[in-house]
Amino acid sequence: MQRTNRVEGFQAREERLKALLMRGLAGENAAYQSFLSELSAHLRAFLRRRLIRLPDEVEDLVQEALLAIHNQRHTYDPGQPLSAWVQAIARYKLIDLLRRRAGHEALNEPLADDLHLFAASATDAEDARRDLQGLLAELPDQQRLPIVHTKLEGRSVKETAALTGLSESAVKVGVHRGLKALALKIRGIL
Amino acid sequence: MKTEDLVALLAAGDITPPGPAAGRLYATACGRGGLIAILLMLTFLKFRPDLLQALWLPMFWVKIGFAAALAAVGLFAVLRLSRPGARLTWLPLALALPLLAIWALAAISLANALPEEHSALFFGKTWMVCPLLIALLSIPVFRMVFQVMREMAPTRPALAGSAAGLLSGAVATLVYCLHCPEMGAPFVGFWYLLGILIPTTVGAIVGNKTLKW
Repeated sequence: MQRTNRVEGFQAREERLKALLMRGLAGENAAYQSFLSELSAHLRAFLRRRLIRLPDEVEDLVQEALLAIHNQRHTYDPGQPLSAWVQAIARYKLIDLLRRRAGHEALNEPLADDLHLFAASATDAEDARRDLQGLLAELPDQQRLPIVHTKLEGRSVKETAALTGLSESAVKVGVHRGLKALALKIRGIL
Repeated sequence: MKTEDLVALLAAGDITPPGPAAGRLYATACGRGGLIAILLMLTFLKFRPDLLQALWLPMFWVKIGFAAALAAVGLFAVLRLSRPGARLTWLPLALALPLLAIWALAAISLANALPEEHSALFFGKTWMVCPLLIALLSIPVFRMVFQVMREMAPTRPALAGSAAGLLSGAVATLVYCLHCPEMGAPFVGFWYLLGILIPTTVGAIVGNKTLKW
């Protein structure tokens, strides 16, 4: 009985989230925002269970996965279970992180015993890593300005085009490329 | 930045996904790359002189069918591997069918031939250049398919890259069929396949290196 309930709950969540995503992909911002924010809770739980020994990484990875899901949203096929798609992305990002860490730790093995010595600067780096705004500032203008105007200041594509002197399609491309560049920047920092 | 702020940022503004569907992008890449391969073939290799007569021979269409079947499998694999979480259970079978078919034909033709003819059926006259020419002709499609794939989300980059290589090799073979005079099934089942396996292998390596997101 309990088991059927759990399965039904899973089904209902799948359908609910999928409906929100489909409305979001059709351009409904509010639906898309609830999709992403509900999803981030699921991602956090999923990743927390798998990063028990690396609790500090969880939130960074949640953000990385959200960014990846957003940047790759055109690869979702409505005929496919949403959970399979999301889980494959989350797992890809998780494995990617563990692999990068393994490489990093192998590289710095002689320092492993002196961990306390660098503990302070490690936390600094972690704070900086979370600072997407700081990373955003590093993007070239034709990517940064479209993101800042349309996504942070709430301007339309048209207004942004007028403001920046870019064409409307260049604004859209700038947002897309900028967010992809942001995802790569997050990956590149460890 | 807090996660809720990131969510707000991502959900703001124009959120409809960019660009046309993956299927169309890949089809365009194959079409354009294939066209360049045809131009390369016409410039450096030329049509086989007996092309018009060859059109009436079943073996010509067996070669075309072999390459087309592998191209179709390659395209479907590329599409699936571009999407996180897509199923691939049918892929080994779909890949095995054209291979088993051509090997069966090869076995039959070898069984029906005299022993002294075997070597001609297998090596033909062009075995030394065939795989290399197919690999060279695959370069345009290879590049264009990879360009599209970089915009997708392959969670298995080496496998996705090899699927892209398979697709480009199979399209190149289709083009090469218009030039190549060989008509032995054993030749096709080995040297054509070897030509296709070159971009497939290169694709796995390139995919592993460049398909990060």
